[in-house]
Amino acid sequence: MNILNILDEIEKVDGEIYERLNPRRAAMKGFVNMGKKISLAAMPLALGSVFNKAYGQSTPSAITDVLNFALALEYLEFHFYNHALLASPALIFPNVAAKNAITLIRDHEAAHVALLKGALGGSARAEITYSMTDFTAGGTFPLVYDDYVTFLKVALGFEDTGVRAYKGQAGVLKGNAVLTTALQIHSVEARHAAHIRTMLNAAGATGLKPWITLGPGGIGNDTGVSAVNAVYAGEEVTSQANVTITGIATGVTAAAAAECFDEPLAKTQVIAIANLFLKAGFQL
Amino acid sequence: MKNLQQLDEQEERGILSAPLQRRSFLQYAGAGVAGVALVAAGCSKDRGELTTPPMTGVTLDFKDDFGVLNYAYALEQLEAAFYIKVASNPPSNFTSSERAYFQDIQYHEIAHREFFKAALGAAAIGSLEVNFSTINFSDRTSVLATAKAFEDLGVAAYNGAGVRLKSEVYLGLAGKIVSVEARHAAYIRDLINPGDFATAPQVDSATGLDMQLTPDKVLAIAGAYIKTKVNVINL
Repeated sequence: MNILNILDEIEKVDGEIYERLNPRRAAMKGFVNMGKKISLAAMPLALGSVFNKAYGQSTPSAITDVLNFALALEYLEFHFYNHALLASPALIFPNVAAKNAITLIRDHEAAHVALLKGALGGSARAEITYSMTDFTAGGTFPLVYDDYVTFLKVALGFEDTGVRAYKGQAGVLKGNAVLTTALQIHSVEARHAAHIRTMLNAAGATGLKPWITLGPGGIGNDTGVSAVNAVYAGEEVTSQANVTITGIATGVTAAAAAECFDEPLAKTQVIAIANLFLKAGFQL
Repeated sequence: MKNLQQLDEQEERGILSAPLQRRSFLQYAGAGVAGVALVAAGCSKDRGELTTPPMTGVTLDFKDDFGVLNYAYALEQLEAAFYIKVASNPPSNFTSSERAYFQDIQYHEIAHREFFKAALGAAAIGSLEVNFSTINFSDRTSVLATAKAFEDLGVAAYNGAGVRLKSEVYLGLAGKIVSVEARHAAYIRDLINPGDFATAPQVDSATGLDMQLTPDKVLAIAGAYIKTKVNVINL
């Protein structure tokens, strides 16, 4: 059971996790046994309640805010994919593999929602339902659930935004065991983004790489969809911590320099993007 | 070190019979892996000259952020050396697109390596000598399997080491790199088996979480490819 491994992994960075969870180590065994008894689907919540006990009361509100922010994004992603799979008859996947990939991604987003919701416990933000969303972004992408390529382009916007959003919040979680979990979500979003780029490439968007390269004229947006420029703002940078990456070794072009470091987005930038996909009255 | 006496007793009982406590694991984990020595924090100082391990090779001192950054630098050195070899002479059945993308990955890893070297300055460890004797560079399957292993390991390493960083700037930089490694990993996994970009056991299907590994575990795996002795202290 991998969920139990999370506790083991946390123990490695927070040797007192078991003491935090319960002063009596024996009680931890009780949790392990409980895990064997209750269903797999219920585990994220059970785990969440344990996290809540461990960090809940001492969790600064800044950390709760970050987790709720992440939860909002995960709700959006989940509904975006879930609707595509369950309620979009006009959306034709070109093959079973494409549908399977979107299903895997949808399942990961559902798991992230459950994990964050459980971790936040009573502090979790209100649920975002599908009816609160507008994945046409106010008509910018009218064919999002009718045209496969449009659907993938919006999906890519979500994934690349997700990667940048988690990256932007890492500093707030610095040194906290929650950081590790956030990083574990962050790299999965990057895997999703890379795969959707590969799917888009196969669907005709030739030249789109699994990593974010420089767009036309050296902008950060390499997707060719100007409506998502905000998603890639700043991805074009080619120096890091005052070290110029372009030319740092033979063959490291400006494009390679931009590709090899993904950039963060500030919370306000992410919220502006997320709000495009939320109806009035439900925006972040 | 308060458990010194306990450690001595464990050593006398031998590796196999000793309870697998954290400190004993650190002492013994390197034993089976050529080139990597994991030394328990503080032991050499406390125990005097008789048992001080010879500090040849490079030392990753996890007492501060420089140790974590040098750990990343070591892994990037390994990855860069691998991709330089692949990109310069790829397996004959690599497609033109695969050749181009492996060139890209090569330059990403070189850039990461050189970035850490520049950022660490005088605190940087030396260059590592690699051992790729188990890799068949003319065989597509061998090259892709190794690339997948390195990328997934890199992701797990950054994910596991992030919490050790005290500087927000360094944490930010590690975050900027790890997602690129995850993109590499997804691409390579899809080459081996399309649709495998984020599947278990690397990504847990119940939690949707990627793997994370502590430095001792990562180095025990990476050590098979590193000839230079890597000493680990204050982990």
